[in-house]
Amino acid sequence: MKHLLSTADLDVADAVRILDTAGSMAATQAREIKKLPTLRGRTVVNLFFEDSTRTRISFETAAKRLSADVINFSAKGSSVSKGESLKDTALTLQAMGADAVVIRHHASGAPHTLATSGWTHGAVINAGDGMHQHPTQALLDAYTLRRHLAGPGDVTGRDLTGLRIAIVGDVLHSRVARSNVHLLHTLGAEVVLVAPPTLLPVGVGAWPARVSYHLDEVLADEKPDAIMMLRVQRERMSSAGGGFFPSPLEYTRRYGLDARRLALLPEHAIVLHPGPMNRGLEISADAADSTRAVIVEQVANGVAVRMAVLYLLLAGGDAPARAASPTDETKVDA
Amino acid sequence: MTRNYLLRDVSPLGEGTTDVLLADGIIAAIGADAEAQAQDPVIINGSGLVLLPGLVDLHTHLREPGREDAETVRSGTRAAAMGGFTAVHAMANTTPTQDTAGVVEQVWRLGRDAGWVDVRPVGAVTVGLEGERLAELGAMAESAAQVRVFSDDGKCVHDPVVMRRALEYVKAFDGVIAQHAQEPRLTEGAQMHEGVVSAELGLAGWPAVAEEAIIARDVLLAEHVGSRLHVCHLSTAGSVEIIRWAKSRGIDVTAEVTPHHLVLTDELARGYDPVFKVNPPLRTQRDVEAVREGLADGTIDIVATDHAPHTREDKDCEWGAAAFGMTGLETALSVVQETMVDTGRMTWADVARVLSTAPARIGRVTDHGRPIAVGEPANLTLVDPGIRRVVVPEEQATQSVNSPFRGRELSGCVIATWLRGRATVMDGSACDESVVVSS
Repeated sequence: MKHLLSTADLDVADAVRILDTAGSMAATQAREIKKLPTLRGRTVVNLFFEDSTRTRISFETAAKRLSADVINFSAKGSSVSKGESLKDTALTLQAMGADAVVIRHHASGAPHTLATSGWTHGAVINAGDGMHQHPTQALLDAYTLRRHLAGPGDVTGRDLTGLRIAIVGDVLHSRVARSNVHLLHTLGAEVVLVAPPTLLPVGVGAWPARVSYHLDEVLADEKPDAIMMLRVQRERMSSAGGGFFPSPLEYTRRYGLDARRLALLPEHAIVLHPGPMNRGLEISADAADSTRAVIVEQVANGVAVRMAVLYLLLAGGDAPARAASPTDETKVDA
Repeated sequence: MTRNYLLRDVSPLGEGTTDVLLADGIIAAIGADAEAQAQDPVIINGSGLVLLPGLVDLHTHLREPGREDAETVRSGTRAAAMGGFTAVHAMANTTPTQDTAGVVEQVWRLGRDAGWVDVRPVGAVTVGLEGERLAELGAMAESAAQVRVFSDDGKCVHDPVVMRRALEYVKAFDGVIAQHAQEPRLTEGAQMHEGVVSAELGLAGWPAVAEEAIIARDVLLAEHVGSRLHVCHLSTAGSVEIIRWAKSRGIDVTAEVTPHHLVLTDELARGYDPVFKVNPPLRTQRDVEAVREGLADGTIDIVATDHAPHTREDKDCEWGAAAFGMTGLETALSVVQETMVDTGRMTWADVARVLSTAPARIGRVTDHGRPIAVGEPANLTLVDPGIRRVVVPEEQATQSVNSPFRGRELSGCVIATWLRGRATVMDGSACDESVVVSS
């Protein structure tokens, strides 16, 4: 595996391997000294053309915990605003010697272009490209699901066969949805997409997932093991000429996760959200703060998953530094 | 003084073989007379070669004035000659726009001075291509450029009242409105065909209905006001059906298809290589089959290249930032040969119709697209259908390298092209030394 551009490129063996490696990384993060020497002397560049504090910090933390040097490049306040192209930015950073480039970009396919262009020689990790993919998000979601639902006991080596996951919200514009649909299917889970018709892509019939316009029906009839709420952008909600929905309130009434819908979920079911949340729009405070919500844990798991990805791409996949004790995966302290 | 050319054993329109003599700017003799009347001719061994009327492109972007970094009238028309063309219609989306008599005359003169093909500037329908008010169509028609084809190509004349007025107005001088059918509201931010591939790639979609809805409206408008309409770069199965229906109703509509829409699909976007980014976008295999069928049965009247050169920097980037468009003057004939002639769906006579005679008729270009007969102007091209060549964009005459056929082996090669009896291409190379300013 030279790059991580899309979860569609991962087969079940690749995916399980990443999750298992993340488990080992998570174990190291439970120690007092969280740092591993594995990537000492390597340079990881965070190339962020889109605003994202949490993902960038997550990648930065992951790289530093592996002792890599980190360079942060954000589009604001750089020459990109003066019109420097992706190509020239990449060439400049490559001249400074990047072993890995973590790229977030507003254009779908930008990481692919970067990886195939020859402008950089290191590994390319997609941290989110337009509406296309956000593979590390899907991986941390899968890791979280596996931790809670694939037990009992040590879940190392397991996939998600037999689980049913509902993904609710703006699927049309969501790279998180696209990455998750591929990965969850690869890992053997069943996916149900719930959205209003205006927020589903025309080609969704070809995806390995079922589609429903009715959240209450899905909760009552399908009894999903987990529900993943996607962030909905308020700007899209205005129906003034081209809006996808008449009003935020109508959206919340029909597709929001509130206490009543939370109670319809099976007892063991968990609630995920990639963040940042619009409390009161797609998810109510009751739901977000309930004991079933694993949203904060997702963020923590993100560090372990990103450590695993960086490790596997840059250190070639030898056995990672073993944690002192536990073999089962541990929740990472945020 | 232009030489005589004696073409031995050529096959006019691919039917039979004979000798043809070009002299004094016309086809001077055919058959036994050719050899007899020749005076110190350049002799061409035409065995196995097909003689066609010089191709006429109803849709080319020469980029000058304004984007000479991508192409000039000189480089673009030279590329056209290499592709077998003797006349091209230069689209109006230049800077400044071709929306006045002054600018169209400038482009016409640049073409004349370059001497490679006859350049027929297309006049904009609306001022600045803004879609709000009619440009001075009459003045452009009366100018030295004698504009007959009007188009806001690049953009759609989306306002139904403006389109109606334009259709009515050009009746006075036998003009035609050539519509770039793209409902702007349905295609805001669109990057590629809306379908299974765009859903997966996360690229904003350009739905087929955005093309079809405009065509449906326009054919009905044309019927209502009794005017003729031309539809540019038709790309969907639904559009073909609408044109078929309109023609069965007696509506005076013509349609064109590009070579790339005859063969390429949206699957090519998967690599995010912007060389495949074009407007209208590459569609599905089903659409490709439908436009081939439409071209074969005459529903689609012509092939037009929509040659759209772009600088490297406009294509060497991520998909979303790239310009729309592909070059095509030098590969058009080969693509048509491969998809339609070699598969037995069309004859060379049909090729002459769709690439020369019909476009000349639509554009009211009187001395091109003529029959290969004694007395006709010697605007001709000679093709070797048997040659196979790999497309190397850097070796093409066009200044830009955004060809979607890079690395692809295509059939057929233009051996020679004549403009009024003067060779612009000979032995497969451009005749640079012989192209002089004509008086």
